[in-house]
Formats: sequence, structure tokens, C-alpha cells
Amino acid sequence: MATALSRLALLQPRSLIEALRLLRDEGPLVPLAGCTDLYVGLHFGTIPEKRFLDLSGLSALRGIRLRSDTLVIGALATYTELIRSPLVRRRLPILVEAARQVGSPQIQNRGTIGGNVANASPAGDTLPVLATAEAVIVIRSVDGERRVPFDSFYTGYRRTAMRRDELIVAIEVPPVEGRQWFRKVGTRAAQAISKIVIAAVRAPLPRIALGSVAPTVVRVPCTEAVLARGGTITEAQATLMDEIQPIDDVRSTAEYRRRVSANLLAQFWSETAGRAGR
Amino acid sequence: MRFSLNGLRVDVEAPPLKRLLDVLREDCSLTGTKEGCGEGECGACTVLVDGSPVNACLVPFAHVRGRRVTTIEGLRRRLPEALVREGGSQCGICTPGVMMAAAALGPRPSAARVREALAGNLCRCTGYSGIVRALAGARAVPRPRVHAAAPRAARKRTVRS
Repeated sequence: MATALSRLALLQPRSLIEALRLLRDEGPLVPLAGCTDLYVGLHFGTIPEKRFLDLSGLSALRGIRLRSDTLVIGALATYTELIRSPLVRRRLPILVEAARQVGSPQIQNRGTIGGNVANASPAGDTLPVLATAEAVIVIRSVDGERRVPFDSFYTGYRRTAMRRDELIVAIEVPPVEGRQWFRKVGTRAAQAISKIVIAAVRAPLPRIALGSVAPTVVRVPCTEAVLARGGTITEAQATLMDEIQPIDDVRSTAEYRRRVSANLLAQFWSETAGRAGR
Repeated sequence: MRFSLNGLRVDVEAPPLKRLLDVLREDCSLTGTKEGCGEGECGACTVLVDGSPVNACLVPFAHVRGRRVTTIEGLRRRLPEALVREGGSQCGICTPGVMMAAAALGPRPSAARVREALAGNLCRCTGYSGIVRALAGARAVPRPRVHAAAPRAARKRTVRS
């Protein structure tokens, strides 16, 4: 398998504009950065593509900063960088929690948030956090930049609103009002792909997003509405169990996922009680 | 392509997407780094890049250009006696990776910190307790060699330690 990898081509642009031109003119190219997902597929021969675009040298995609009141996270920010960032810890502590539960230190040192978003797995650990934070995915091509709200970024299972000549350059997170809550359920603490992952914000209009319970990471507006109008948690749990569409797969069953999602909702609600709107 | 390997400047020719693991084992003849799962789950191939542990099976060779790579061969100390005494190494295939993941810890780490650092290292023999006992609170958790700019300086440093 090492020889198979050795035959693949890698283009290494020095600047973002060069990268975007290569994507447009020399495509199709598969962008790579941390390689924590890509190399698994490449090694086991499940990825047919032969030509790759190395983003790892693009400084324009690095850094975590505040622009006026918006947290701007460069696409190449690694999980370790998210964990260590005082800015992320202050503004979006549940993103730090999610990053700490991704893989292992070895994976956290390499994997990037841009990769987690682009990979479009319904089990991506940072994705429910970005969904509840109402993040915006900043996408660039030679033609210019567009900002896609997280809500409309995923169009189906492993499908995104991106074209093949576009790159994710950053993720913008507006200020989040309310108490943030995150929980990942997997077979063990490290190295486990989630059975269910949930992020939520306790505010007058609560926001709740779940992963691994539908073809994409989803917000659950009906459940949120029940809680917003003062409905009981039992009522909200029933709504949630109708609203999600989990499946049976190698990691869990639909029934387990429905039940545990409902339990997690109750846990979120009780653990954040009395601190709404803080 | 130039990079620093265990404190020495080296120039190695290999395809850009070849796995760092294979470059180390095949092109650099450093076979201390083991292949376990080949998908970033087991940590057997852990090496340090610029001092941070990574899975060498998931790193394209092109990504270590100009970087400092440290393998088990570059650790100043060999297997600490504590690991032997505590039964923390049995079949041994996980041991180089465990040592490299632990190398990033400071001196006298708590058991909790050791467990966190080793979260990505699977061991099917020991049940981990022996490993954690051996590494937690260890006075001399192995540290990577200090990087030196010139090979001669690096060798001098090696001799002294």
C-alpha cells in the first residue's frame, strides 16, 4: 500500500490564490491538510483520486482571531490549537470540549476544523457546536468569496454546498448568548466515532443540534420551539424522538440513539437550569 | 527533501505522499517506529514532529519538510527500568509509540495526564496499569534530544548525554 501512495501526485501551492487557480485550472484535485481522514481511505484503497492539493502551507488559512465581535477560525486550525486558544475557550467553550474529545492527542495535533467541516460526516464532533453557534462557513474560489450559513452548508449525506473549485478558508462564529452545553456519547472516551453527539445553548430561544442521528448534523427546530414556549421536558423529548431520523449501523441502533438523544436533552435541560440567558 | 531527524540534518528523496512511517522504516532504516493499524487508531507509529506526537501512518512525507522529526531511536534514554519493573511492556509492539506519546509530557506527570497523553495508544497486553504506574511521577520521563542546527553540534550533544 505504501507504493500505491507513492504514485500519487501532490501540488503544493505557496499562496491561497495559487491554490484556487490550481483548483480551477488543474482540477479535479482533492485538497488535503491534516490527512487524519484522507490517509485512512488512501491507505486502504477506498479513495480513487490520484491528484491532491496541499493546503498545509497556506498561511492565509491559519490563525484564530476576533474581528469586531466575530470569532474567526482559520480552516487550518487544528484541534490542539482550538483547545489551547484562550479566545475559543472564552467565546465558544463547547468547541474546546468537542476538540478535546476528537480522536487522540496525535489526531488532535494534525486534524483541522476545516477538514472536519469539509469531510461532511454526520458524526463530525465539532459540527453540532458550529450548528448551535450558527457559524458561517467562509468559502473562496477564484471568482470571490461567499459566506454560507451552517444551516444550508450540508445538502445531504456527505454532500455540501461547495463546488469543486472552492476551498473553505475560515469559519466565523458570532457571539453566542446563553449557557453552552456539549456531550459526546461513544464506546470510549478517546478514538471513538460518536454514537450520538449533541451541542446546545440555553437561552430564551434554546438551540440544539445533534450528530449521528440523521444523514447530516441537524438542528431540531420543533424541539427547540417546544422548550422556547415553556413546554415540559417530557413533551420536548417526545418531539425530539420524532424529529430525528437515526439509523442502525455498526456503531449503534436507531432505537438506542432515539432513547439516548432524549436522555441527553433532559440532561442538558436540568444541568443548565436557572442559568438561562447568562 | 531536507528535514531534521533525531537532531541531525538529513536529505531524503522519497515521494511526497509516501507515509512518513514508510519513509522512516524503508528510506531511513529506522525500524523502531512500528506499524499497527495503519489508520491512526493504535498509536504504535507515534513520532514527534516539532515536539508534538503524531501518527506517522497519517503524515505525508511532504509535511515534514524543514521540520524536526524525533523517533524512538532519538530518545535520549532507552526503555526506562520502571516500564520493565511494572510490567508496562510485554509483547512490545506498542512500546515505542507509548514512549513517544509520553515524551511530550513534562517531568513527574500525574497519572491522569499520562492517561490523557496515552489515550491514542492501544496496548493489548498490559491493561495499561503497568504503563501508567511506570510513567506517572517518573523523574526522568524520556525527553527528545535537543535539536541542534549542525550535525556536528548534535553529535556532541549526544555524546555528552
